[in-house]
Amino acid sequence: MAGLLHQLLSGLVTGGIYASLALALVTIYRATHHVNFAQGEMATFSTYVALTLIEAGLSYWVAFALTVIASFAIGVAIERLLLRSMAHAPVLTSVGVLIGLLLIFNSLSGWFFGYTIKTFPSPFEGNAAGRVLGGYVSAHELGAATVTLVMLLCVFLFFRHTKIGLAMRAAACNPTSSRLVGIRVGWMLAFGWGLAAAIGAAAGMLIAPVVFLDPNMMAGVLLYAFAGALLGGIDNPLGAVLGGLAVGVIENLGGAYVVGTELRLTLALAIIVGVLLIRPAGLLGRTVVSRV
Amino acid sequence: MWNRRTVLKTATLAALAPLRPAFAEGMPGITATEIKIGNTMPYSGPVSSYGVIGKQHAAHFRMINDRGGINGRKIDFISLDDGYSPPRTLEQTRRLVEEEGVAFMFQGLGTPTQTAVRPYLNAKGVPQLFLSSGAGKWADPQHYHWTMGFIPSYQTESAIYGKYILQQKPDAKIGVLYQNDDFGKDYLVGLREGLGERYGRIVVEEVSYEVTDPTVESQVVTLKLAGADVLITAANPKFVAQAIRKLAELDWKPLHIVTNVSTSIGGVLVPAGLKNSVGLISTIFVKDNSDPQWANDPGMKEWRAFMKAYLPDADMSDNNYVGPYSIDVALVQVLRQCGNDLSRANIMRQAANLHDLELPTTLPGIKATTSPTNYRPIRSLEMIRFNGKSWELFGPVITT
Amino acid sequence: MLAGAVLLLAPVFLFTDYHLFQLTLTVTTAVAILGLDLVTGYTGQISLGHGAFYAIGAYVTAILMADCHVPYWATLPVSAAVSAGAGFAIGMPALRLRGHYLALTTFALAVAVPQILKYHGLEDWTGGVQGIVLAKPDPPLGLKLTPDQWLYLFALAIAAPLFLLARNLVRGRIGLAMVAIRDHPLAAEAMGIDLARIKTRTFAISAMITGIAGSLGAIAVQFVAPDSFPPLLSIFLFVGLVLGGLRSQAGAVIGALFVQFLPNLADQISKAAPGAVYGIALIAVLYLMPGGVAGALRRALEAWPQRRPRGALAAATRGPSASPGGTGHVE
Repeated sequence: MAGLLHQLLSGLVTGGIYASLALALVTIYRATHHVNFAQGEMATFSTYVALTLIEAGLSYWVAFALTVIASFAIGVAIERLLLRSMAHAPVLTSVGVLIGLLLIFNSLSGWFFGYTIKTFPSPFEGNAAGRVLGGYVSAHELGAATVTLVMLLCVFLFFRHTKIGLAMRAAACNPTSSRLVGIRVGWMLAFGWGLAAAIGAAAGMLIAPVVFLDPNMMAGVLLYAFAGALLGGIDNPLGAVLGGLAVGVIENLGGAYVVGTELRLTLALAIIVGVLLIRPAGLLGRTVVSRV
Repeated sequence: MWNRRTVLKTATLAALAPLRPAFAEGMPGITATEIKIGNTMPYSGPVSSYGVIGKQHAAHFRMINDRGGINGRKIDFISLDDGYSPPRTLEQTRRLVEEEGVAFMFQGLGTPTQTAVRPYLNAKGVPQLFLSSGAGKWADPQHYHWTMGFIPSYQTESAIYGKYILQQKPDAKIGVLYQNDDFGKDYLVGLREGLGERYGRIVVEEVSYEVTDPTVESQVVTLKLAGADVLITAANPKFVAQAIRKLAELDWKPLHIVTNVSTSIGGVLVPAGLKNSVGLISTIFVKDNSDPQWANDPGMKEWRAFMKAYLPDADMSDNNYVGPYSIDVALVQVLRQCGNDLSRANIMRQAANLHDLELPTTLPGIKATTSPTNYRPIRSLEMIRFNGKSWELFGPVITT
Repeated sequence: MLAGAVLLLAPVFLFTDYHLFQLTLTVTTAVAILGLDLVTGYTGQISLGHGAFYAIGAYVTAILMADCHVPYWATLPVSAAVSAGAGFAIGMPALRLRGHYLALTTFALAVAVPQILKYHGLEDWTGGVQGIVLAKPDPPLGLKLTPDQWLYLFALAIAAPLFLLARNLVRGRIGLAMVAIRDHPLAAEAMGIDLARIKTRTFAISAMITGIAGSLGAIAVQFVAPDSFPPLLSIFLFVGLVLGGLRSQAGAVIGALFVQFLPNLADQISKAAPGAVYGIALIAVLYLMPGGVAGALRRALEAWPQRRPRGALAAATRGPSASPGGTGHVE
């Protein structure tokens, strides 16, 4: 029983990692109806930028803030300069462009910053060994989970209860009508990208202390985050976070108790697909019903 | 329909058809002034971190050329990206052999990638020298005369660990954390060999992870819950660092043995926490640059001078730069021994003709030796224990 | 037609073995993309997992050749059947999933396949992480060809009927139905098209074609291992499809040329960051030609006054090229 509990905790920790990136994915989806395949690599790149700032002498929170702002700017720039011209292209073309971005960011991270693992500082270190809950969850992991939940709350409130959030959702759902009511669709999309990039950067800075920073840090995380976001419903921030946590737990428990670690990835994906078959829009997603 | 367009197309094709390169008679890839060496490396893709090894070789050969080359010939080192994809490795290798006309292939990286080209190179009689892979299968002169590895194999290494455990802790309960690919699985094979028939009773849990997994935290938890008091971690540097740190967080202190691929003090133990790494056991055959005991070692000084002059921007804590330096030195020796007969057959013959070659970055006492029946230039390892500051050698040099 | 045949056969006499080998790989990739195009380009079901079918075809061939000593050409029908079955099996649950959900599911398949191939329980069959080495086929009947020349001809001989099959499929009633399903599933259903049947069958045929490509690839490279079929393979097939142009057989070939030769070009430009060069090239091509190369060619041809689209069928299967507010309704 204790073993199960510990595995569960471990799963929640890993799931927290997926949840934070899933939040960025969902944000960008709500704002633009794009799934940003390059989200993970952008987050890694941002984290490297943060590390460079910290190593240059800035304090953690200053570097954090600057990185988030810089990432926001990069996100806006990508949308305005690159994707805007693709607006009239087939959807699949934009997927191709995002894959291109993924390759570029990944390669640049390795080229500029090298491939050896780097430690990334955490603002949450507790006592000497950072032990909480018997060491199954570290102080940082707890802190990171809190920050993720705070971000979740902010995103949720933003989209639900602010005018800009509403405008962004409108711009994504129905650009033509939005323009008719005076919404500046182009800038809403850009803002959405900026916001997602910023969240991604924060996620990267929360994840790096746990897994060590290296250019391929997010490769696997992206898939799990994607899976978690879809499991929870790609248009629902709360769903994304819950989905991410669920993926972490399923993967852990599946690997520890059901199929062994050699097949746990397969099992986790099979379960997710199974759930999607029963609820095709995800657990908390909205089912879109079209009328003829 | 034969119209103008078709004729034009055909003519263009004919004009563009590439010509075969001209070879010196009997010595492909060799001219009076040049030795052409081919290599494939993953410069892109998931394991592109190993691309630095290719950079290292290129720099080393530049140094050799600056010093006048070998017997008056300069080295033309052509390294191509294979993205760690076996079909691409085959394509690039064929390009190097058939289009560029290299004399031989050197330090190809990866087990599945080099397995894909081994039949081709052996059929064509092209030396596949000093592979950058710890698989045991490269030492097979009977079936694959042209293929030779260099470093001690992973199986050899883990067999040593198995025997060590049987000696030191015969009633141990072993947990194994391994990477789910040829590297990690070779460790299991070697461990089975080292522990013999006691394997089933003594190993309580084997847990794997994929390279794309973000963390191995849950695997470590599983191993602790299985009651292991010895942990063997066959993982790459990132995951070894994670495992070491998790052990400290869990306050679990098993006898921890890690693969010698991941022992760099700067690259692994510092991120993991030097205090957390005390007591770590491994084996080694090269010197670690971040280890204070080699601060004034002549071989390492030579290496540092080289790095400063030819790879000034390199990350000095990246251990991937150290071992390959000695492999380059060994190759240069092979080529010198060839004299003016640089035919492929003689290159292979000389590669299998190294006698106690001293190498600058390997441990004192570990030298390269080969013979027509021994295709394992380095067969020795020494066991090491981390004392918080550096790796202490203990026990004898183990030669297998 | 004859001009095309000359173009395809000329390399046998003019090119070196190495370049023929590259062309053979290009042909197999083109066939793989051809298969992918059926589900993603025509029916609009985005698949990021066709690498899985490629792997299935490759391993079926490898296991039959290595363990059962079946001659290489005889493995193709078996591989086709197994891949088609797999495609049907995926196509059934795929009915329930739309757009990104389907993309994830197919990608999950692509990620799971290497893990399954490495699984020690199946090692006796798949060779585990070490893979399976195959023997190179010799030209039959004592023909005076090198093995590479023969393999190229063999690949062409297999690819040609597959391209023909795809072409006839999409130009016929089924093709119309596929495009109708992509553009407006509700209207299509209302008109009596059996969505489920068309979609699952398309998936099966698509998987079969890509599976045969995998088999050809295995024969050409003479080696299969889990590392030969990473998730990146599925991504590259998809990238090739988009670069070449959707809904175009010529696009499949163009896309294959990109997939085959762009990495080499990137490698020559930069050893330090070839991935970045590849990504930049990818974005540049898509920026200049959002419909892929074939899409751009199509538009150029249409602009020519003498060229007229041949009939309503061709116009319908071309699909909408641009419309305001985002287009290309992906299922």
